[in-house]
Amino acid sequence: MTIVGWLQIAIVLFAVLAAAAPLGGYIARVMAGERTLLSPVLAPVERAFYAAMGVDPRREQGWRGYTLAMLAFSAAGFFSLYALQRLQAVLPLNPQGFDGVAPDLAFNTSLSFVTNTNWQNYSGETTMGNLVQMLGLTTHNFVSAATGLAVAFAVVRAFARSEAATLGNFWADLTRGTLYLLLPMAVVTALVMVALGVPQTLAGSVDAATLEGAKQALAIGPVASQEAIKELGTNGGGFFNANSAHPFEDPSVWTLMLQIWALLVIPVATVFAFGRAIGRPAEGRALLAAMGVVLLLGTAVVYGAECFGDPIVHALGVGAAGGNMEGKEVRFGQALSALFTAATTGTSTGAVATMHDSLTPLGGLVPLFNMLLGCITPGGVGSGLYGILVLAVVAVFVAGLMVGRTPEYLGKRIEAREMKLAMLAVLIYPPLVLGFTAASLLLKTGLDSLNNAGPHGLSEVLYAYASTTANNGSAFAGLNGNTPWFNTSLGIAMMLGRFAYLVPVLALAGSLAAKKKAPASAGTFPTDGPLFVGLLLGVIAILYLLQYFPALALGPVVEHFSMIAGQTY
Amino acid sequence: MAPRSPSARSAQKLFDPAILGRAALDAVTKLNPRTLARNPVIFVTEVVSLGVTVLWIRDLATSGGQALFSGQIAFWLWFTVLFANFAEAVAEGRGKAQADSMRRTRSDTVARRLATLDATATEAVEALSLREGDLVLCEPGDLIPSDGEVVRGIASVNESAVTGESAPVIRESGGDRSAVTGGTMVLSDRIVVRITAAPGASFLDRMIALVEGAERQKTPNELALSILLSGLTIIFLVVCVSLWPLASYSGTALSVTVLVALLVCLIPTTIGGLLSAIGIAGMDRLIRFNVVATSGRAVEAAGDVDTLLLDKTGTITFGNRMPSEFIAVGGVPEQDLAEAVLLASLSDETPEGRAIVALCRSRYGLAEADIAAATIVPFTAQTRISGLDVGGRELRKGAVESVLERVGIAPASAPADFRAAVDRIARTGGTPLAVSDGRRLLGVVHLKDTVKPDIRARFAELRAMGIRTVMVTGDNPVTAAAIAVEAGVDDFLAQAKPEDKLAYIRREQAGGRLIAMCGDGTNDAPALAQADVGVAMQTGTQAAREAGNMVDLDSDPTKLIEVVGIGKQLLMTRGSLTTFSIANDVAKYFAIIPALFVASFPQLAALNVMRLASPQSAILSAVVFNALIIVALIPLALRGVAYRPVGAAALLRRNLLIYGVGGLVAPFIGIKLIDLALSALHLA
Repeated sequence: MTIVGWLQIAIVLFAVLAAAAPLGGYIARVMAGERTLLSPVLAPVERAFYAAMGVDPRREQGWRGYTLAMLAFSAAGFFSLYALQRLQAVLPLNPQGFDGVAPDLAFNTSLSFVTNTNWQNYSGETTMGNLVQMLGLTTHNFVSAATGLAVAFAVVRAFARSEAATLGNFWADLTRGTLYLLLPMAVVTALVMVALGVPQTLAGSVDAATLEGAKQALAIGPVASQEAIKELGTNGGGFFNANSAHPFEDPSVWTLMLQIWALLVIPVATVFAFGRAIGRPAEGRALLAAMGVVLLLGTAVVYGAECFGDPIVHALGVGAAGGNMEGKEVRFGQALSALFTAATTGTSTGAVATMHDSLTPLGGLVPLFNMLLGCITPGGVGSGLYGILVLAVVAVFVAGLMVGRTPEYLGKRIEAREMKLAMLAVLIYPPLVLGFTAASLLLKTGLDSLNNAGPHGLSEVLYAYASTTANNGSAFAGLNGNTPWFNTSLGIAMMLGRFAYLVPVLALAGSLAAKKKAPASAGTFPTDGPLFVGLLLGVIAILYLLQYFPALALGPVVEHFSMIAGQTY
Repeated sequence: MAPRSPSARSAQKLFDPAILGRAALDAVTKLNPRTLARNPVIFVTEVVSLGVTVLWIRDLATSGGQALFSGQIAFWLWFTVLFANFAEAVAEGRGKAQADSMRRTRSDTVARRLATLDATATEAVEALSLREGDLVLCEPGDLIPSDGEVVRGIASVNESAVTGESAPVIRESGGDRSAVTGGTMVLSDRIVVRITAAPGASFLDRMIALVEGAERQKTPNELALSILLSGLTIIFLVVCVSLWPLASYSGTALSVTVLVALLVCLIPTTIGGLLSAIGIAGMDRLIRFNVVATSGRAVEAAGDVDTLLLDKTGTITFGNRMPSEFIAVGGVPEQDLAEAVLLASLSDETPEGRAIVALCRSRYGLAEADIAAATIVPFTAQTRISGLDVGGRELRKGAVESVLERVGIAPASAPADFRAAVDRIARTGGTPLAVSDGRRLLGVVHLKDTVKPDIRARFAELRAMGIRTVMVTGDNPVTAAAIAVEAGVDDFLAQAKPEDKLAYIRREQAGGRLIAMCGDGTNDAPALAQADVGVAMQTGTQAAREAGNMVDLDSDPTKLIEVVGIGKQLLMTRGSLTTFSIANDVAKYFAIIPALFVASFPQLAALNVMRLASPQSAILSAVVFNALIIVALIPLALRGVAYRPVGAAALLRRNLLIYGVGGLVAPFIGIKLIDLALSALHLA
């Protein structure tokens, strides 16, 4: 670890905070339907959109209506994307002439993009034609993120309102998030990326003459536009299979810093927007502090573990000075690679600039744990906020009783119904992650996909299900996921990890919105100070460590001790 | 006002050997899965205990090697269940002992029923068969057969069977003191009582059911906590079941016995086992405090209260006005004024009059004068003055206007110093009494509504807890404001009529606040019913007692403050033990996980931070600790976590430190000690 490394990390995070605070105010205004800087240009578009769709943005929906609209929209997205892939061969805009995508892979990929996961069991440049990429995948890069933002604001309104029957209008939230936030930011970010050397063209490839005189076809395409929304929408599905490590996705350390900034800025801004929307900015800052601590700790562990490196490799006289450089880009260095790793898994992005499979055991433990938490530090667009709010409700309930009152969070009493719904949401993860991991390790078809024996093999499977359930989409690689079993089970994990989680969350929002907002007093559990931040972190750490400690002990932990002892598998 | 003395009831020890004996038996009968199913955590523990017992029998039959281990695990798992049952049984046992003594006072009562109010002939019927509306005659020595209202007569009644207080109270027809309670005894005179309680639904019946816990339903917060605990149980079931394939992939064949041991250590058995005991004990604490809550919900609500509505008289002030100073006017020496006041008050037998005499003696050192020759002028509602004529002096004291009229001065032309004194007294909420001798104005007596000396500090405590206090009084706003400032209440309701109280409660509730109040009159009933916590006085009317959700047997309105503390203590005990229970799991993992896998992965011995002797001993120690901690925490569950009236932040910090951090650390020490003991005994 070096001072310069930490400075690089500090610069990126500072830039995120500096931009997120004003952006948060902007998001709050946009989602409230208020006038903003862009209204003169975009408001007519917005109105035309509502007119065409027959939506009255002022007609608000209760939690059931909101949930149904969200599910219907996602289902329509899933089926249309599935059809686009299957029919690719007969549809236009397919210059490379790719075949229709296989049923299980199309199922997996459709769910992957509808759920904002962007898990890719395929190589983009050799499977999907331009029509699928642009009309299918890129569209969902926008709207799946906007869906998350919409749900987050439904939850925000639940806390902001008192005795309310409605949570907002899903169609209006979806439109506003896409039109006022994601689109303009994506355009600007893409242009900056082009300026920094990222290709943007509709041509399929260019030919290059190699040093040996041979000719090599280099795949290019509309990379910059894809990269911008990949990070801004916390999607993570890259244009190239190598993702952000590819020199056309990330030509320089500057584009890497821009990508980290882009993947963090909206989730962080959403938390600021939350504080503003409920009229208590300190509450938002407290949640952000908790997220920030996990992000920083994660970065520090990855940075430290990677710089420490692998003694077995070092014993062979390789790379002792730079630490573990396997799977890393030399131009990025250890510090930014570590930050990228923690940020891409702390959000639900899942883009990779470093091969996570090649991280040291402890370095690999961090992204794994980030995803087991559900990607809430600071989370995906929208999903980070509602994810941490659910945990805050649980934390307030566990510890809030200790002040001798029925627990309240932001003036809303947490009673049996709220607890039931919060627990339903929390309960989704363990069966999906642990259940599918266990099943994969029992099944021959599961074991056949493993490239590594021993604890690392277990980590790979666990990582895959953690990544899909949390809708992250990063892969530990080393695992061949493009098999009927993995395509199907990972698809189910993505679907339930998103929607079986969202339904109780929206029901919780409905229940909270209907409650009277109690005023705060000296007897109320304070949730905007360091004590609460510590408490929230403690509850999260204990609750999640307890769930995954055995599995982690058999994966990264034992691998770490083996590495120290000089043992390989 | 009844002293807040502990009645005979509270003298009962926390652990009575007789109760413990009965609880031990109850713990076994509670193993019935149908009753245990109410408690998911302990129910799961029972099911898996049964499974391990079967495995132990198999081990006995097949090989001797594993039997000692699985036998011990089975033994301790059963004890985990039994200890949890025992905790509940002890909590219930204390109530049952009380219920038995109450039941004795009620049984075998024979009532004398009257056909009509004017009938003379009575008919002997069993008390238990009385219906609502029946009229019964009660004479000295009779037990009043059921709850009712005195419709004729007046009597002194010993209510010690209900209140534990042996001083007799007066019950009379009409007014706010007409309610009588079944099981209490008439000491003098005869009354006719109209029964108001349906058979089996009298106050005593309800109280017996309450202390016995027969009607116990889960309270809202208890329900929410049960959901959390069930959720955690499901999560840990998934963790343990999925661990088997993960382990077999890693080359370890886990036995069902150790997986069960892990499961029971992880699911929140500590709080699961103690949860109902905490609830019962909370109700019990209230009953020991001579307050009966009609539901556990009310006790919880007490902990949540944001605003206390307190009657001024009797709660904030002593209720009678006391003299605080004599102000001489027109150059009269103060000592002369005092002398005149003393003489004028000697025949005044009201509490104010007596207090004035006492002040004259203590502050001015005046001796009692001989007034044998004096003519006493008594107070009448028309003249509004009193005094006496002695030795040619006509000493009078009374309402300012009346005295001015007597001395022949128009109020507007009264001397300036006199008017200044009167104004000042009125402004500060006091009552001025003018004093005259013949046609000469001597001065003013300042009568003050005296605020109880310790009340200000208690309101400050309440404020620190985040609770607002609101004083309700019939006084005019000026007086009310002055007393409010002196007592340190946050708000007041002056010239309050019952409907004002109701409106205030509704307004506060609309703002999301929870309100507690106490009352005794029939006109308090709507407000008592509207309040989230309504404490009715035992001396109050039947209507008030029905409307409230608590009854204070001592009829002491200041107890509202303690009731809030008891409610908070109940919630805090639950929260603290939940936190403790969950925090304990960390250490158990460090004991069990390395033990499970150390055979396949010797490197994992690094996680064995406690250096436990052997894998079997590690697992067994965790299970034993898990069982013993329930017993160790029973006293805390019954007594409740100490409550301090400080702000929520300070309270949280303190409890997090004790139960959160303590819960992390304690099992590391406990498991290590048990491990040392087990290996010393060669049990594992």
